Amino acid sequence: MGSPSPYLPGLATIMKIEEQTAMEKLFMVRPNDGKPLGHKPGQFVEVSVFGVGECPISVSSAPNKKTDFEICVRRAGNVTNALHNLKAGDVIGIRGPYGTHFPFEDLKGKDLLFVAGGLGIVPLRSFINYALERRRDYGRIIILFGARTPADRLFKAEIASLARRPDLEYLETVDVGDASWKGNVGVITTLFPKFTIDPKKTYAIMVGPPVMYRFAIAAARAKGLADDHIIVSLERKMKCGLGKCGHCQMGPVYVCQEGPVFNFAAIKNLEEALS
Amino acid sequence: MSLAIIEKEGLHLFVAELLRQKNTVVGVKDQSAVSSIPGDSGFYTYAPINSPGEMTLSFDVTLIPPKKYLLPAYEQLLTFNLSPGSIKADAPKEELIIFGVHPYDIIAINQMDKVFSAIPQDNHYLERRKRTTIIGIDPVKVAPRAFWSSMGADTVAGGFDLMLTDIGQCYVVDVGSKKGASLLKTAPRTREAAPAEVKERDKVRAEARKRCDANRLSFSYLELPSLLDGNEEHVIWEEKSHLCFSCGTCNLVCPTCYCFDVRDDVSIDLKKGSRYRTWDGCLLSDFARVAGGGNFRGHRADRYRHRFYRKGQFIYRRFGDIACVGCGRCSAQCPSDIADPVTVFNRLKEGI
Repeated sequence: MGSPSPYLPGLATIMKIEEQTAMEKLFMVRPNDGKPLGHKPGQFVEVSVFGVGECPISVSSAPNKKTDFEICVRRAGNVTNALHNLKAGDVIGIRGPYGTHFPFEDLKGKDLLFVAGGLGIVPLRSFINYALERRRDYGRIIILFGARTPADRLFKAEIASLARRPDLEYLETVDVGDASWKGNVGVITTLFPKFTIDPKKTYAIMVGPPVMYRFAIAAARAKGLADDHIIVSLERKMKCGLGKCGHCQMGPVYVCQEGPVFNFAAIKNLEEALS
Repeated sequence: MSLAIIEKEGLHLFVAELLRQKNTVVGVKDQSAVSSIPGDSGFYTYAPINSPGEMTLSFDVTLIPPKKYLLPAYEQLLTFNLSPGSIKADAPKEELIIFGVHPYDIIAINQMDKVFSAIPQDNHYLERRKRTTIIGIDPVKVAPRAFWSSMGADTVAGGFDLMLTDIGQCYVVDVGSKKGASLLKTAPRTREAAPAEVKERDKVRAEARKRCDANRLSFSYLELPSLLDGNEEHVIWEEKSHLCFSCGTCNLVCPTCYCFDVRDDVSIDLKKGSRYRTWDGCLLSDFARVAGGGNFRGHRADRYRHRFYRKGQFIYRRFGDIACVGCGRCSAQCPSDIADPVTVFNRLKEGI
């Protein structure tokens, strides 16, 4: 081919695998060419398990100068199941990074309200850690985290240390508690009455399952947040990541190109965006 | 550039010369001529030809559009070998001439060119496109469900290398590219068209257009994007989609549908394999399903509506093209006859 194939992944090696829950594992990945991925918080990569296929996965680590990066993968389909069966030292393929990112530069000096529902913590972690590494660049940081059950909570150790930090406010909930759970029980919106914000300075950055957005956006609006102060990241099937295959099409928008990170004001009238 | 003339008897010699020069020449074959099924009315298909006589140029429409040569139904993108850990992209090498492409199908190819050239470029498609020569022909016969005349697709200004019009005793030839011009030099018995022959071409085109006008939109196709605005909840989506089998036939036969799935094939030793893309369709129930089980277009009516919006509005908003060229293939092939854009769009226009 005269020009390079946009579908050709780079080879990368799994350096470390950390079990998170029964369904999720965290993979540390190193590109074989030794070059850093160069991603921005909120972007995704197409991950290949050769012979099985490819799927889009959010990068979960904050951008840094190291070549390693992290992806947290739920066992949900053929490729993710195959990924779960791999071990450190195995080789996978990586294309990307693709897509838009959280507006981490535009939000400097603002208060950040992170709203993470379940697996939504995975892409948000990239921004949260980025912001915490540059803590003075941002105003208040409030993190809301909701999981289905205590056992489904991702990044437990990391979150425990976050929760202890004096320079952020951390609130969490589970839909269904158990004997060990002493915290809040209920959907993520039950956390909203527990804090106040300055809506002029605050931006909500939310990632979660489709059903969460409708309610979390309503709760954020009730706090006085304008629609353009709400940032969301949308999950879609993305086979190519290049705006060609059509799977992630949402009206005239391709989520893999104009998203996955969107300002809510820009997509609120798009049919199918948040349904 | 002035128009040329190829005499009728010269055309067979020209095609014979093309067959001699290039790897593959694809022409339209009349499948009814070879069908062994009694009473089979047959269909037209693009297929490789071995001699000029196998080809027909007086077809109304082919079952599948010529997109199958530019975006093959099954196209290998990569091969990999896990033992040494190598992976490489596949490149199409074959030179291809598609002989006999109607203007509406050329417009559809021009749209695909735009989509696959948009950054990031799809070099697999572009490589194949670069190696493809398109020789168009103006339709004389009009398919019963065709409505290209009301989609502004009765003629096309570019995207072909040569464009032929049958004016009876000879073909008028419009040269659309340098490649076309140099190919035409190999054709015997060509000459410059006389003004009367050019007029004759216009007449032939006008007559075909008039025949196609029997089935038409009741308004200008340029109104489609705004007509669709605010019609998302129209009863027609639910009403018609009750009969939809979600079979994806309308997607398969559409010249402007290009969505694809990407899959892996692996050898029996699990070491070597390939990655390929294959046609996919937004009418199929799992098209928008994500790994966690969510389906962003899980309802039949939503998928059905998506297709019409994609044709009439979404692609227009993104690329500036109405993604329906009026070939009528979807309406002719839909098992329950609910895919006809004329019926749907005219109904929206009537507002009932």
